[in-house]
Amino acid sequence: MLDAIGIGSLDELFDDVRQAGCLLDRPLDIDKGRSEEQVLDVLRNLAGLNVRGISFLGAGSYDHAIPSAVRMLASLPSFVTAYTPYQPEISQGVLQAIFEYQSMICELTGMDVSNASLYDGASAAAEAAALAIAEKRKSNKVILSATMHPFAIDCVKTWALGTGREVVILPEKDGVSDFSMLGYMLDEGTAAFIAQSPNRYGYLEDFTGVADKVHQNKSLFVISSDPLSLAMQKSQAEWGADVAIGDTQVLGIPMGFGGPYCGYMAVTKPLMRKIPGRIVGQTVDTEGRRVYVLTLQAREQHIKRERATSNICSNEALCCLVSVIHTSLLGWAGLKEASNQSYCKAHYLCDGLRKLGYEAAPGFAPFWCEFPVLFESDADLERFVSKMKAEGIFSGVRLSRLTRNDKDALTLLVAVTERRTREQLDRYLEISKEAR
Amino acid sequence: MMEEFAPDRIVEPLLVEQAVPKRRGYLFAPLDVPQAAPLDDVFARNSVARLPEASELDTVRHFSKLSTMAYGVDYGFYPLGSCTMKYNPKVNEVTASMEGFTDIHPLQDEDSLQGCLALMYRTLKDLSELLGMKWGSLQACAGAHGEYTGLKIIRTYFLHHNEMGRNRILIPVSAHGTNPASANMNGFEVQEVATDERGLVDLNDLESKLDDTVAGIMLTNPNTLGLFEKDIRKIASMVHEAGGLLYYDGANFNALMGMARPGDMGFDVVHLNLHKTFSTPHGGGGPGSGPVLVKKELVPFIPQPDIVYHEDSGKYGFKWNEETSCGKVSGFWGNFLVVVRAFTYILSMGSDGLKAASRHAVLNANYMQALLKKEYSVPYDVICKHEFVLSLSNLKERTSVSALDIAKGLIDFGYHPPTMYFPMIVHEALMFEPTETESKDTLDGICKAMLQLKDMAEKDGGWLHDSPHHAVIGRVDEVRAAKNPVVRY
Repeated sequence: MLDAIGIGSLDELFDDVRQAGCLLDRPLDIDKGRSEEQVLDVLRNLAGLNVRGISFLGAGSYDHAIPSAVRMLASLPSFVTAYTPYQPEISQGVLQAIFEYQSMICELTGMDVSNASLYDGASAAAEAAALAIAEKRKSNKVILSATMHPFAIDCVKTWALGTGREVVILPEKDGVSDFSMLGYMLDEGTAAFIAQSPNRYGYLEDFTGVADKVHQNKSLFVISSDPLSLAMQKSQAEWGADVAIGDTQVLGIPMGFGGPYCGYMAVTKPLMRKIPGRIVGQTVDTEGRRVYVLTLQAREQHIKRERATSNICSNEALCCLVSVIHTSLLGWAGLKEASNQSYCKAHYLCDGLRKLGYEAAPGFAPFWCEFPVLFESDADLERFVSKMKAEGIFSGVRLSRLTRNDKDALTLLVAVTERRTREQLDRYLEISKEAR
Repeated sequence: MMEEFAPDRIVEPLLVEQAVPKRRGYLFAPLDVPQAAPLDDVFARNSVARLPEASELDTVRHFSKLSTMAYGVDYGFYPLGSCTMKYNPKVNEVTASMEGFTDIHPLQDEDSLQGCLALMYRTLKDLSELLGMKWGSLQACAGAHGEYTGLKIIRTYFLHHNEMGRNRILIPVSAHGTNPASANMNGFEVQEVATDERGLVDLNDLESKLDDTVAGIMLTNPNTLGLFEKDIRKIASMVHEAGGLLYYDGANFNALMGMARPGDMGFDVVHLNLHKTFSTPHGGGGPGSGPVLVKKELVPFIPQPDIVYHEDSGKYGFKWNEETSCGKVSGFWGNFLVVVRAFTYILSMGSDGLKAASRHAVLNANYMQALLKKEYSVPYDVICKHEFVLSLSNLKERTSVSALDIAKGLIDFGYHPPTMYFPMIVHEALMFEPTETESKDTLDGICKAMLQLKDMAEKDGGWLHDSPHHAVIGRVDEVRAAKNPVVRY
């Protein structure tokens, strides 16, 4: 090979680096290589240091059942080791799977157009803000509901930081958005109002009349929703939203310490050419066959560069494959059942806690599968959590963990999925009784 | 919503088109608590979602069939330039599917997360050494997300130093499209820097664009022509002199592991693509992971929470730096299971293995370039790094066979085409990146195919205009897809 190139040694390939004075003149301070067995040992040890438990943790990541077929199908090597389907002639499988995913997202949200995924639900909120600012001329402000997931608010604030864009927070009241304030906050520079339901506490938001108010101001209305909740609660389209966002982790993606997940975004038809990310469209080939291809690429960074609607290139394709397989197996009936079981089990637990005198879901709004429990003191909460932990139960997420705000230190968010059994729920209640 | 196609015009029906009413592919245990009161009408959904009604076997057959109409690295050679489609070792998949990682909730107590946190900490430590940087964050979920994050760190740095007038980012014309788009996402004004006749940054042009409104320059080194920016130290001192910072797009770092470090070259912020250089699979477009690493002065501004090691207790933990951090860029801590794969790769390869990988990646690219330049034109005929670019302008003028035709022709030989029409400064460009994991036989094979394709172009260009001939489908009508969009069923 060296002869073909016309050089005498491998080192000569780096002459330019040497001449530039950039050649590293020492070995890297990184361990020597390991055999596969040794590598597996290290990783098994690390995995073993993590503790698994019966999870009542939620706040953006949920322990739902995942059919075995999901993992097996999403491990097929031509899906796993393929690149972005730029060459449609040899990528029909990936393209069609994404087309089915887009359709599934449109069906769940009621929207017209879905992209082929974003990174996750929280970053999707920042992408929605960017879309809105680009869509509405001379706007530089987005309004976020205070009840959005704290990390989603963080992502939007980071997006705005140092750019002159403004993020304003609509206050909350009794655990839900205080829409009485919205009219005062919407102004000429407002590109969008973004809210979430179920919200950060698990409560469902009543968006009656909100779309009209937002649209009168010529702003976009964005709703973030857990897609499994959409099997029971009104879809974004039913509330009159322009943009639907969220995370499909609940559709077959393991908790995996927070990622990879899969952000979804779907929009109404007028926004089709503004939505960020890849889109698969249907067309025909030279033989007139129905085929699929990446389309509307004029929106994207590799064509538009600094005028693109977003910089996104790699997305979460394999995770959107996971979610479409999961949803295909469950069907609408299965989604409704998973959603309803989570709902019923969460209410069973909440009712049980209330009977024991706990301040569980004290707000007036309904909740779906997650609710807050308010404690009187840090000591009470600590006793509760550690008693549960001693029995292998992760009892909930302390809200202050997300907000880093002392006012939230006595709020525990408790999530219940269809995976939790009656036995586990009753055990939770028994320990709650002991901790009282 | 969708138009009707005759059955023989459908390659594989959508699963929803195969629906059999009430058929299901997964069953839950019966509800074992009382049915709760239904949601109030104000909140309850009225519409039905049209989804597949399929058995497990129906679903398995459907997606298995789809998988046969896809092309991965496991099936054949994938010389996509700037994408580093190296082989993804299977041990990575085994470690990333360990239940001690997959079943861990991101908000568990820190003492129940010591394995995850240690893995992230060790990965950051190794990446910092490999790049010559101080520390970093794993929160960005892809390369472009890393660019967005890295530029946000630069934004925040200048915000804290009361230099908000620095609002321009310089980017070479040959840069990846994500670079200008990432700058725009951060509200920066983008200014292009010319490429000179060597295919490198034009120093005079750079000089003329440097002043106190420049926040920094984004560079890929080796650049998108596969050439090492030999003046990088000079460029670094020029930019630093003007008060700006240097951003390193790590998309092409597979050329340099263990050979050179961006930190030593003068770069202040770097992102890497774990799904390129560190062998994690591309998954049909993602998920990736885009760690961002920075010099000491910029560490306070990286996304929060940081991952820290407490020497006194021997425990790992999160640290929130509310005062200085640029904030959060994704929902939790980044694409952790992708990081597990990359960490597995680093452990397997070790310091020597990583270095050998880059040396062989460069060897393979130069070998292919040497074989192909006999018949094809190479716009910059020098030793390249991990990738190189051919220009088919002459061929097209002579035969009307384009870069696209040759690329599609490669499909009939069983190869994935190279990157087409990029970088934009080269006409009729084909960009090859063979990576280190391919054998000499494979490289000889594709070069032979390329030479045959050129012969065919000279003899019967028409045949190539219609290639591929042996794929599941023929060329697609992209104009129709964009003009008359059908993007859902």
